Amino acid sequence: MDIISFVKRVPATTTIVAIKDQQLDPQGVEYVMNPYDEFAVEEALKLRDEAGSGSVLAVSLSDGAAQKELRTALAMGADEALLLNNAEAGNVDCMTTARALADGVQGRNFDLLLFGKQAVDRDQHGVGPAVATILGVPCITEVVKLTIEGDKVIAEREVEGARETLEASLPCAITCQKGLNEPRRASLKGIMAAKKKPLETREIELAAASMEVVEMALPPERPAGRMVGEGAAAVPALIDALRAEAKVL
Amino acid sequence: MSDILVILESRDGALRPVSLETLGAARQLADARGSQVLAVATEQGTYDAATLGAAGADKVLVADATAHSADGAAATAARIAKEQNCNLVMAASTVRGRDLGARVAALMGGGLAADCIAMDCADAASPTFTRPVYAGKAELKVRLANGVGVATLRGNFFAPAGRSAEAAVENIAAEAGKANVSGISAQSSGRPDVAEATRVVAGGRGLGSADNWHLLESLADALGAGLGASRAVVDAGWRPHSEQVGQTGKTVAPELYFACGISGAIQHLAGMRGSKVIVAINKDADAPIFQHATFGIVGDVHEVLPALTEALAAVPS
Repeated sequence: MDIISFVKRVPATTTIVAIKDQQLDPQGVEYVMNPYDEFAVEEALKLRDEAGSGSVLAVSLSDGAAQKELRTALAMGADEALLLNNAEAGNVDCMTTARALADGVQGRNFDLLLFGKQAVDRDQHGVGPAVATILGVPCITEVVKLTIEGDKVIAEREVEGARETLEASLPCAITCQKGLNEPRRASLKGIMAAKKKPLETREIELAAASMEVVEMALPPERPAGRMVGEGAAAVPALIDALRAEAKVL
Repeated sequence: MSDILVILESRDGALRPVSLETLGAARQLADARGSQVLAVATEQGTYDAATLGAAGADKVLVADATAHSADGAAATAARIAKEQNCNLVMAASTVRGRDLGARVAALMGGGLAADCIAMDCADAASPTFTRPVYAGKAELKVRLANGVGVATLRGNFFAPAGRSAEAAVENIAAEAGKANVSGISAQSSGRPDVAEATRVVAGGRGLGSADNWHLLESLADALGAGLGASRAVVDAGWRPHSEQVGQTGKTVAPELYFACGISGAIQHLAGMRGSKVIVAINKDADAPIFQHATFGIVGDVHEVLPALTEALAAVPS
């Protein structure tokens, strides 16, 4: 089974956001592989190994820095990596990213495209289904359980208050949600092996932006709250506050 | 100016109420434009002309698909957008809505503003949308290039129009797709989903063990609330991931959020700081959650929760 797994370099989820020039101030920020992309890489490796043949290609659109995250994917066990390079890639909107990724893998053979369900920086949830739409393959998003039998794909996802089962055929795209698997950590052996695996860098053009950022700001401060008391004895005061003050009861 | 197309979401033939909020937002923009709000239901169901008209729709097009197809629904919506010259498509930011939004934006060759929490219609041709990024640690104000593309709107941030009007309802042909829903199983708890509930009761490590969750369930049922959980208790296997609030979980913005035995890690705060009123109950007076709470009680959740549940039973709702 030939699988392409998409990887994005993002700030770690523990990042305290500061803003500079209408962007995240990169000062002191630790960058990591998007946590949902780890599920995608893990699933790709698992499916390749179960099939007993095929390869896993890790792809990232980046201004060059994502070499590190692609090496991580190689160290986990991917066979090769492709960095689609553009100096502006760090600030590009999700639909333009999707167009560039689709362009970058055009002509490659694949049975499966695997994405994280969202990147934890812009949180758009859009790249996976958009790439699939552009490439004309079916896509199932936010998958927590994936079964492949021959050409048939059966996937489950949690929607609000229910669980849906969707079916499609290969070739197909999947976006991965927490719960799908437990991503492996790269072993020392894997890290050493990754250094010898092919990592191709290719310059790529970006289409005109499809969205413009007017302003980036920190969220409004919440008004200061107050302690209503201690222990169970504070319950009547809390209920009074919720009824009379906040008017939510 | 061009009309606006809203994608309605339904499940088992019933319209999901969050779609009425999307219609309300579309109505607001259409009024600023002097244009119409069209709605497309991408599968069969009960679509009430009065309810949809009141929420903001002028016309509702109901496709003849009998089940949800992810790419089929997107193709149907994109076709209607093209036929009706709608340059902006809106949907609720649900699992299905986010999925459809990206596909429709791709089919339109437009942009995507997902999970928006505010809309400024001062430039009605190309409104400015506010959307959280970094799990709510920052907010972007964005505009779609030339106003073309898709905006998905987060639940509990927009309201149905509440006008007296009836929508015209017409039937249309659905596009077939290649990724189709073959089964839906509803959660059995009967409580609203944490992402959509107007009240949420969430618990963390301070509950002590999974066996103590009945304390939260009783409070949730007294309030008609959905249940939430911190990442720590989901990782510990006490609660399912579907209840996790925060980064790598769900982002919620209910009217009332109870954080019980939750210390308030930055990843959790990111997922619930949009809540209108936050009540924190924690035995550690220095827990970070108190800095974000509207009202706080320092105390043991094992004592406070039963007292609270009992007192609420006596409050006329």
